[in-house]
Amino acid sequence: MKLIFERSVPGRRCSILPPCDVPETDLGEFGRTKELHLPEVSENDISRHYTELAKETHGVNDGQYPLGSCTMKYNPKINEYTASLPGFTGVHPLQPERTVQGCLKVLHTAEKLFGEITGMDAMTFEPAAGAHGEFTGLLLIKAYHDRRGDTKRTKIIVPDSAHGTNPASAVMAGFMVVNIPSTEDGLVDLDALRAAVGEDTAGLMLTNPNTVGLFDKNILTITQIVHEAGGLNYYDGANLNAVMGVARPGDMGFDVVHLNLHKTFSTPHGGGGPGSGPVGCKAFLKEYLPGAGVVQTPDGYCFAHHADSVGSVKAFYGNFLVVVKALTYILMLGREGIREASQNAVLNANYIRTGLADAYDMAYDETCMHEFVMSLEQEKHAIHVSAMDIAKSLLDYGIHPPTMYFPLIVHEALMVEPTETESKETLDELIHAFLEIHEKAKTDPAYVQSAPHTTAVKRLDEVQAARNPRLRYVFE
Amino acid sequence: MGSFISNTGSQQKEMLKKAGYADFDALFEGIPREVYLKDGVQIPSGLSELEVCEKMEETAAKNTVFRHVFRGAGSYRHYIPAIVKSVTAKEDFLTAYTPYQAEISQGNLQSIFEFQTMICELTGLDVANASVYDGATAAAESVFMCKERKRTKAYVSATTPPEVLAVMKTYCYGRNTELIVIPEKDGVTDLDALVLMMDGASAACLYLQQPNYYGILEDAGTIGRLVHEKGARFIMGCNPIALAVMKTPAECGADVAVGEGQPLGLSMGFGGPYLGFMAATKEMMRKLPGRIVGETTDSEGKRGFVLTLQAREQHIRREKAGSNICSNQALCAMTASVYLSAMGSAGLFEVAKLCTSKAHYLREELKKARLKPVYDKPFFHEFVTECPVPADTLLLRLEEKGYLGGLPLSGGRILWCATEMNTKTEMDALVQLVKEVASV
Repeated sequence: MKLIFERSVPGRRCSILPPCDVPETDLGEFGRTKELHLPEVSENDISRHYTELAKETHGVNDGQYPLGSCTMKYNPKINEYTASLPGFTGVHPLQPERTVQGCLKVLHTAEKLFGEITGMDAMTFEPAAGAHGEFTGLLLIKAYHDRRGDTKRTKIIVPDSAHGTNPASAVMAGFMVVNIPSTEDGLVDLDALRAAVGEDTAGLMLTNPNTVGLFDKNILTITQIVHEAGGLNYYDGANLNAVMGVARPGDMGFDVVHLNLHKTFSTPHGGGGPGSGPVGCKAFLKEYLPGAGVVQTPDGYCFAHHADSVGSVKAFYGNFLVVVKALTYILMLGREGIREASQNAVLNANYIRTGLADAYDMAYDETCMHEFVMSLEQEKHAIHVSAMDIAKSLLDYGIHPPTMYFPLIVHEALMVEPTETESKETLDELIHAFLEIHEKAKTDPAYVQSAPHTTAVKRLDEVQAARNPRLRYVFE
Repeated sequence: MGSFISNTGSQQKEMLKKAGYADFDALFEGIPREVYLKDGVQIPSGLSELEVCEKMEETAAKNTVFRHVFRGAGSYRHYIPAIVKSVTAKEDFLTAYTPYQAEISQGNLQSIFEFQTMICELTGLDVANASVYDGATAAAESVFMCKERKRTKAYVSATTPPEVLAVMKTYCYGRNTELIVIPEKDGVTDLDALVLMMDGASAACLYLQQPNYYGILEDAGTIGRLVHEKGARFIMGCNPIALAVMKTPAECGADVAVGEGQPLGLSMGFGGPYLGFMAATKEMMRKLPGRIVGETTDSEGKRGFVLTLQAREQHIRREKAGSNICSNQALCAMTASVYLSAMGSAGLFEVAKLCTSKAHYLREELKKARLKPVYDKPFFHEFVTECPVPADTLLLRLEEKGYLGGLPLSGGRILWCATEMNTKTEMDALVQLVKEVASV
């Protein structure tokens, strides 16, 4: 595919702007002297260019996407419609409150609904993504200890099965990370946790169901151990799609949560963003939340600044239009719909798990939640076919591969999350593809090792990319 | 109620049976009974698409969308060419995940590579990342690119927009980093104070917004030189449209340039989603946070693109990563790329020139309505005036007539903005209204 710059023809352009109707001014000595290379193309060129790029981009609309931990569910089109209403898109963030009552209502309603779903008392929509939410939530924990003068609480406990963002966020919030091992059955090791907590414990970060797809049956004991040591419990909402309307982090002993609206609440991923990572907390942490909350008064909605805020984590009010999409989704699903979504997410995962269990080695051979993890360690040793090879083979079936090599506690891991919006027919296709690849791996391992065979490009040389970085187009 | 589940009730039953479960409850037996919700949560019942559509339309209608906007201060109304939305609405772009599986993500990866190139061109710097959340978080992240073992103190000019400064403060609170504000003098960074306050042994960096919060063009070249004399890094926060007509950060000696990409084709959208961009010198390439796309070849020698230099990132380095960022603003970056392609160099220059010209015209005209400029300095498309009557009175009057006036600042001052969207007729009508109120 040509780069947009390679389509450029000097002097070619689109007609967008009218002539200037006032005297012209330039910036004199502050003016730019360096040449600026931007594409010189027609609108037709742009349209064709991006259509070509779109054809080489696999979205949820192109086929199933069982990418573990990412919840690649169908993205309803109504979300896009409501978020593109001019009544939302045309609003300046610094307009007087009386002129933005609709926007404030969106934030206020969303806070109430997501608060009830998670069992939290207050929420901020400032964080733009999950990791941003983690950072924000940890700042609440930091502020809580700081304001009590409890300055020795400098450590955050993170299980070794956690997402990489957890420890990275803890460091950004000024904490040291204590990694604790998981048990053989993939759960938090209670003895290790008891040994790790103490007067220096600021809190624990946990995903539940965890990253191997299991609901930690000891959750109440876990959160109690941390609370009794004086720490707080942080819930990483990455896996909430398993338990919406089924169980609430607030009832499990968590004090702070973040949600991933671009996962659980169907706003699309956009090829890597924009997401939205709102943070909810219990009442005793509310005044530390970033920025302002929205309150309803007899005169309408207005902002109420948090008295002891940790400060803003983003300009204005977060990825507002993404919140509009998530609210649209929740209003449609409602009480029954969110539970039905989680039930079917879990059913679909177990349907695939049981369909593959005879051929593939399940890392944890029991009922899973919305996702499960397989290990290709045996195949790797016996026939030199890796998790990566199996994953790449799926590309030839038009299926996006599962998450590879995560969580780190399972060797040669493949993590499968079908989501609730896949049908029995597509799940059967996935099972069929997995089984066929597994057979092929035994009879013709070289074929599987060199997959994919039908994509626009073959396996790419990542080592060369990192050793000799070419990060931009160079103009002649 | 609404639902996006494909399987019918009988299919669900069939699948439960095949997987070995009596019913849905059986799937959730691993959840302790103390926390298992038998009846779900207490939110309203679901609605049909038609009902939700009407509800959201009603909510949107409660907002005022001003026909005439003269307010900027971090969010700008620019013309968005029709091709922009048409491209970014393509389902493949909209619904794809982060392009970790390069073989089926070449379109997405190539578009990021093109975006990185355009940001390098605008800033004059060597490398750019795939985006971060917004201009404010870009500014905050840039501080930690510059922090070193012995150089730990961050400095920021008081002329930085308050939203940006607030986020920098929060990030510095997180990492227990000292952030020192260099005061302003006459609407620009106080250079004497800068020299006096910056510690040559412990200063990590200085952040300067250009144009600054008041719209004024700072003497960035001199500031860059002074900062380097202290052995620190120079970070510039830039308006990407102004970069078409302004001396590049590279020419001003910046080590890092960041900014808010919203003016490049993104709607004001009540503050988001926007687009943080970051560029740096080659020397600082491995300090950049977030995703970066690089060019490589496939096993048959064909050109292709991959996410690269991942050893910097959280999913590899965990607690040793420079940043925790994972999701960024990919679709917003694509929006900016399409916008910049539609405008081209000549078009972007025109937008910037129209902004400059209109803002200068408006300032002159407002003078005639007794709104005296506060500063007499070179500026881009924003400027501050005094107001002879209470600013709220004037702004309310304008609001009633469908004008979103400038942003009220402390001391009765107003921060105005004009872009290519504002016509002479519209500005003349605004000035007429101002005259009616301000001459009382």
